[in-house]
Amino acid sequence: MRRAGPSAGPTPYLLILPAFLVYGAFLLFPLARSVHLSLFDWDGLTLATFVGFDNYIDIATDERLRAAFGHALVLVFFFAILPVCIGLALAAVLTRARVRGLPLFRTIVFLPQVIAMVVVAIAWRQIYAPDGVLNTALRAVGLDALTRAWLGDYTFSLPAVGLIGTWVSTGLVTVLLMAGMARIPAELFESARLDGAGAVREFFSIIVPAVRPEATVALTLTVVASLKTFDLIYVTTGGGPGSSTTVPSYEVYRRAFELGEVGSAAAVGVTLTAVIFALSVVINRRAERGA
Amino acid sequence: MRIGVGERAANYIVLVGVSVLVLAPILTILIAAFSPASASAAREGAFHPGNFVAAWQEGRFGSYMATSVLVAAIVVTLAVGLSLLSGYAFGTMTFRGQNVLFYLFLLGIMVPAEAIIVPLFFDLRTLGLTDTVWAVSLPQVAQSVAFGTYWMRTYFRGVNRSVIEAARLDGASSQRVLWSILVPMGRPAITTMVVLMFMWTWNEFLIPLVMSPSGSFRTAPLGLALFQGQYTQGTALLAAGAVLVALPVVLLYFLLQRHFIRGMLDGAVKE
Repeated sequence: MRRAGPSAGPTPYLLILPAFLVYGAFLLFPLARSVHLSLFDWDGLTLATFVGFDNYIDIATDERLRAAFGHALVLVFFFAILPVCIGLALAAVLTRARVRGLPLFRTIVFLPQVIAMVVVAIAWRQIYAPDGVLNTALRAVGLDALTRAWLGDYTFSLPAVGLIGTWVSTGLVTVLLMAGMARIPAELFESARLDGAGAVREFFSIIVPAVRPEATVALTLTVVASLKTFDLIYVTTGGGPGSSTTVPSYEVYRRAFELGEVGSAAAVGVTLTAVIFALSVVINRRAERGA
Repeated sequence: MRIGVGERAANYIVLVGVSVLVLAPILTILIAAFSPASASAAREGAFHPGNFVAAWQEGRFGSYMATSVLVAAIVVTLAVGLSLLSGYAFGTMTFRGQNVLFYLFLLGIMVPAEAIIVPLFFDLRTLGLTDTVWAVSLPQVAQSVAFGTYWMRTYFRGVNRSVIEAARLDGASSQRVLWSILVPMGRPAITTMVVLMFMWTWNEFLIPLVMSPSGSFRTAPLGLALFQGQYTQGTALLAAGAVLVALPVVLLYFLLQRHFIRGMLDGAVKE
C-alpha cells in the first residue's frame, strides 16, 4: 500500500480534497475570519474600524462579560465536576454488587444525552415555573417558605440552570465509569478484602486509580459541553434576570445579532474557543502525569 | 465476591431512585403533552392525544419537522460520503503532509459553533445564502466531516492489511477496495457515525437560529423555542410539540442504543 502504483487511481490528496473544501470553507476560514473580525469595531452594516485588542481588553474589564465567563465556570462545576463525583460513587456502588437490571439502568440514565437540549429546557422550565412541579412539591410538604420563581431569581437561577446540566451529564459519566470499572479484575477486590480493606479504602485505592482514563474522557466531554451551552440558556432564562445567568456563548449571539457589536462578539467566541482548548489540554496532561 | 443481602437491597434502591430522578422530567413533559389544552377541553376528559394533531397542524410542527428531515438528510449524506473518502486516505495511505492535514481536521472537533457563527452569518449574507438550506446545512457538514474523518480513519487503520493487499493482488482498484470490500465490512462503524451525525444535526440549535433570520426556514428545535416565546398559555401544545421534536432521535436511540453509547464514549478524542 505504501507505493501508490500506476493502478492506484486517485491519489490520497484527491480523496481528501472534497472533504477539505467543505471543511475549509465552512469551518477553518470562518475561524480565521473570527480572529480577524475580533480586532475591529463593527456594527455589521457600516464601515469597520480597527481597534487592535480593545475587544479582548473589554472581556477582562466589562462587568457583564467578566460575569459571563464566571458563570461558565460555575456551570463547569454543575455539568462536569458534580456529575463525575456522583458518577464515581454510583458506578462504584453498582460495580461492587452486580445486581440485575443494569442494562435497563444504562438505557435510562443515558437517555438525557440524546434528547434535544431545547426539549430538556422546556421540560425543566415547567418544573421550575412558579406553579410548577417543584414548588407544588415544596408546598405539599409544608416548605412554602422555600418556594420561588426559580429561573427568575437573582441568587437561584444560575444553580437552577446548572442542575439541569447535572441531570443531563450524570448518566453519560456514570455509563463511562461503569465501563472502566468492569475492567478491574475481581482478584484485586478479593485480595484487598482479605487484607481487611473496607469499601472506602477499596474505592480510593483500587477504583479511582483504575478509572483514571475514563474519568479524563468524562471530564473533557462534560467540560466542553458546559462551555458550549447556548440553547439551554436561550430557552430557560435568556441570560437573566439581569445578567445573572449569561454565559460567553450567549454573549456571542446577543452581541452579534441583537446589539450589533460584531467585533466584540467575535472576540468572545475566540476567547471561548481558547478556554475550551486550554482546559482540555490541562485535563489530559494532568491525567497523563498522574497515571 | 460475597455481598450481603443488605448491600444488594441498597443497590436496588439506588438503581430505582436514580432511574426515577432521570425519568421524572421526561414524564412531566409526557403528562403535560396529554393534558387538556384549555378549560373547555378539560371538561371532555383528562386524556388528550389530540394535542399532537393540534401541534402538528396549528403549531406548524409538521413543517418544522419536514425542514429538519431535509437538513438532516443533506448533512448526513454529504458528511458520510466525504468522511469515507478522506478517512480512507488517512487510514490506508502514506503521503506527505499527512499528519499536519489530519491535525487540521481534528481541530474542527473541538471548535465550537460560537467561534465560527459570526463571520459565517455576515459572509453568507453578503453572498445571499442566508435563509437557504445551504446556510443551515453546510456549516454542519463541515463540523460532521471533522468528526467523520477522525472516526473513519480509526476504522480503516484497524482493518487487517492482508485483506486490502489480497484484493489489490487480484487487481482491484483502490476505489473498488473501498466500496466493495471496506465499506460493507465497516457497516457497524459507519452505522455509529451515521447515528451520531443524525443526532447532532437534528438537535442543533445555534446554527439554524442564526442562519435563517427571516424565520422562513425553521428546523424543529428552533420552531419549538419560538413557539414557547409566542404562546405563554398553551402548555399542553408546547409539551406535545416538545415530545414530537425529541421523538425521532429517542426512537432511534431505543433501536440502536449500543451505537449511541459506543459512539459518544469512543468518539471522545484522545490525543
